[in-house]
Amino acid sequence: MVVAIATDVDLVRARAEGRAQAVALGFTRTDATLIATAISEIARNIIVHAGQGRIAIRGLQEPERHGLVVVAEDDGPGIRDVEAALQDGRSGRGGFGLGLPGARRLMDEFEVVSAQDAGTTVTMTKWRVRTRLELLHARRSPGG
Amino acid sequence: MDRPADAPVLVRRPSGGDASLLRELVAYLRDSRTELREEWVRRITEAHLLSVMTPDEIFSEVTAVYDNYVDALETGSVETLQAYARDLSERIIPRGVETHEVLGIVLLLRDVLARSLFVRYQSDADMLNRILDAYEPAANRIAVTVGVSFVEERERVIRVQEEAIRELSTPVLQVRERLLILPIIGSLDSARARQLTEQLLGAIKANRARVVVIDITGVATIDLTVANHLVQTVEASRLMGASAIITGMSSRIAHTLTDLGVDLSMMRTVGDLQGGLEEAERLLGYQADRSDAGRSASGD
Amino acid sequence: MSVAILQHGDYLIASIQADLTDGQVLELRDTLADRLGVHRIRGIIIDVTAMDVIDSFVARSLRSLAITTRLRGAETVIVGIQPDVAIALVQFSLNLEPLHTALDLDEGQALLDRWTTGAGRGAG
Ligand SMILES: Nc1ncnc2c1ncn2[C@@H]1O[C@H](COP(=O)(O)OP(=O)(O)OP(=O)(O)O)[C@@H](O)[C@H]1O
Ligand SMILES: [Mg+2]
Repeated sequence: MVVAIATDVDLVRARAEGRAQAVALGFTRTDATLIATAISEIARNIIVHAGQGRIAIRGLQEPERHGLVVVAEDDGPGIRDVEAALQDGRSGRGGFGLGLPGARRLMDEFEVVSAQDAGTTVTMTKWRVRTRLELLHARRSPGG
Repeated sequence: MDRPADAPVLVRRPSGGDASLLRELVAYLRDSRTELREEWVRRITEAHLLSVMTPDEIFSEVTAVYDNYVDALETGSVETLQAYARDLSERIIPRGVETHEVLGIVLLLRDVLARSLFVRYQSDADMLNRILDAYEPAANRIAVTVGVSFVEERERVIRVQEEAIRELSTPVLQVRERLLILPIIGSLDSARARQLTEQLLGAIKANRARVVVIDITGVATIDLTVANHLVQTVEASRLMGASAIITGMSSRIAHTLTDLGVDLSMMRTVGDLQGGLEEAERLLGYQADRSDAGRSASGD
Repeated sequence: MSVAILQHGDYLIASIQADLTDGQVLELRDTLADRLGVHRIRGIIIDVTAMDVIDSFVARSLRSLAITTRLRGAETVIVGIQPDVAIALVQFSLNLEPLHTALDLDEGQALLDRWTTGAGRGAG
């Protein structure tokens, strides 16, 4: 599922979509909120720093764990120093610099690929280990 | 069972002439499959066994067990039957099928087959005896295999469930209105710490708590991840409007925390649970606003 | 409108009804700041029970409102932060000070009452 991001309404849509998919994958309400919050930050970065872009959200089902992957892409100005942008309080342009490092803390995996004038791609994943009880049930009903 | 899990399980193979008897027996059971199976189902229903299952379900399970049973007689190996029995157990245990029912149906099958052998060989007592000699040990072994598979599977399910329940139950106690205690006992890892936080916050909401006492007397050691969880729990409680008091922090843990660079001044700590409760009463009595407002206002 | 604002004595109570866009958050902030001056308000309560995401933008907007409010001699209390939102805020390590927090509307009002009556809050 891909959500086009250009306005603050899209941002609300993107986080609602992230939450819905997280719940469908069996994430707890808390995890779904962490995911929605992280999506909110990177979606806003697209709007503020790149103007427009898109966010793809999809589930990953592995035998032992379920994951949710968010890929946020834009063709904006890019980030010159990615390492610096990931530090707390290091904003490139008068912002507060909390968004990227904060979103990173909310997710399990976080990767930023960007170069000046070459757009930005943020890929972030959250995992959920399936409980033993759940695995027991899944074995019982295939496809569960 | 004291048998290595992957050793092949063999039904004692009849020696010499018994082999041909067994062949004859197997051929007979295959020929009479339809009627014997129906008789077995009838007896199961009559005995009110497997009552949680529909007649269709019983019939299809019974067919599979019957076929596996005859195969086991033929090959002398109960492995396939054993695997099927485990699988069957896994499916029926959650539906409340009991051990006595499973043992009951296996014994019924033995009985149904033995009776039919009596009828078939009633005119030849010697043949009947030799057939039964070949049949009995194999049938017993098969009955035991199915019963044991069921019991083992049942134990496994119970263990998994117990573990899940243990993980889920950490008591958040309400001492009096607006005051909760969260006693943490045992080892804390990051997953459990997370779960405790969620439980505590849920309880704050449900009980409209203003003060929570987190007692860590029962916690022996702590690492950085867990320490951070603790700090976050205190902070999250505050966001929900409740002040947190940590009690029972051993000097060892306190040292660890300072060594780890955790800012203890962010936490309200009191030596023991009793002291913590007194402090909590004070907060509730004179009102948390004084300290909370003071803290918040002087914090900016 | 996704926010209902009503005046209750010296207090303004803003109940957020749904997830807000950034634009709506700013609008709320400005509306509250405007009404503060006109009505001699002593406290603002913002009920965020229905908000399921409080990210850096929302947090920053609320804090800036609290700072403005304080400069005019009033306090701001956020009520109804849900358990999952509280966890997200601390993991993000978003700071809400100088905002005060309380469990719900009643508690928020009780908190403001204690500050604004008699004793005041000079000691802080
Ligand atoms: N999609 C993007 N395109 C271009 N630059 C970006 C993008 N995302 C982030 N950046 C750069 O990385 C910096 C850090 O981003 P971050 O979200 O951490 O802070 P911020 O957006 O400046 O402030 P805050 O998120 O706290 O409001 C930004 O200031 C900006 O320079
Ligand atoms: Mg940002």
